[in-house]
Amino acid sequence: MGIEAVCLVGMPVPPFNDCMATEPAKPDPNPLLADLLDAVARRQDRAAFARLFEHFAPRLKAYVRRLGAPDQKAEDIVQEVMITVWRRAALYDASQASVGTWIFTIARNKRIDDLRRERHPEIDPDDPTLVADPHEPAEEVVMWQDQARRLRAAIGALPEEQALILRKNFFEDKAHGVIAQELDLPLGTVKSRARLALAKLRQVLEDIV
Amino acid sequence: MADSRVGPVHHPSEARLLDYASGATREPVALLIATHLALCPGCRRKVGELEAVGGALLESLPAEPVKDDSLARLLARLDRPETTEPAAPVRSPGDPILPQPLRDYVGRLDQVAWRHLGPIAQVRLLPGFEGLTTRLVRIRPAAAMPRHTHAGTELSLVLQGGFSDAAGHYRRGDVAEADSAVDHQPITDADEECLCLAVLDAPVRLTGRLGRLLNPFIRS
Repeated sequence: MGIEAVCLVGMPVPPFNDCMATEPAKPDPNPLLADLLDAVARRQDRAAFARLFEHFAPRLKAYVRRLGAPDQKAEDIVQEVMITVWRRAALYDASQASVGTWIFTIARNKRIDDLRRERHPEIDPDDPTLVADPHEPAEEVVMWQDQARRLRAAIGALPEEQALILRKNFFEDKAHGVIAQELDLPLGTVKSRARLALAKLRQVLEDIV
Repeated sequence: MADSRVGPVHHPSEARLLDYASGATREPVALLIATHLALCPGCRRKVGELEAVGGALLESLPAEPVKDDSLARLLARLDRPETTEPAAPVRSPGDPILPQPLRDYVGRLDQVAWRHLGPIAQVRLLPGFEGLTTRLVRIRPAAAMPRHTHAGTELSLVLQGGFSDAAGHYRRGDVAEADSAVDHQPITDADEECLCLAVLDAPVRLTGRLGRLLNPFIRS
């Protein structure tokens, strides 16, 4: 079980790339996101689900709005993402990803389906053809909340030219080839900026796990 | 030829994995990456890390208020039966060659309607993606492909057998990426037919004399 704490709901969230490095480290009295999701999975707990909604829905709306969805469409996609969270709560695996990461992947797939009318093909973990990971860590407690906080800090500390590529990639639906054209940069430059950014972020991830 | 390595050695670039994790990849390229992921535990871990970056970015966004009745509408929906949830796709049983994401698009390998062109047999997948040509390709053993360059980029994922070009030897799970700077002439392994998934983001330009004659075949 992850030991992840809910950000204070309603607390102003610093804008992307601005003061993300200075979040307070005080203990958080709020229930853990993973515990809320667990309550939804085990007992169809609506109060827990409402707390998850309060935390994630405004961020999901911001995400799909940035990707170009008009207001009503964004509301509809948020509803679809959250209903999927309700129905698939039992499939969440706390040893694999944080709740925020799991919900990001649901939102990504929904917005590709809804805004682009495409699918996002994914592996099937139960596929007998899948090549197993010899280094798969055993069930372990992963400090997801700590990881997410430090990741946000590391993203905030990236040079602007590297952060720009992540923003265009995640929030504008632009692949690295498109970003190179748009910024009038050689493809190799965009690739190496992405590689530099990810090397820094990976350090954070590997420090923690 | 029988080395003892586990998993592929030629991987998609970091930028390709990032595009996949963020969702910025068009579906044909995403299919090729997902199929590689089924065969490559190392890239699966990397994509998991990149998705964690996506999760951190999502949670760092300034909240945008949802409509007042949004939660109430959602809670009301929870009481309704799940008639809107589409049925899970009927999946073909396991296949020793095609990993799951690709099986959804190809079906059974022994029922593919191949088109034969000299040493090549191929079938188009995912038509209707402008500028992207997706093919499942079988090539005879020890066949040299016509020398060619690419106006855009070609990604090839080996599913069975292998081939070599100037950059190395490619086997099951390996991804080769050839762009306009590469003028290459891949040769398939002598002992086995080679099966690849190939995604091309612009028409191939054939450069050799024979190549120019073959151009109309390759384009199809």
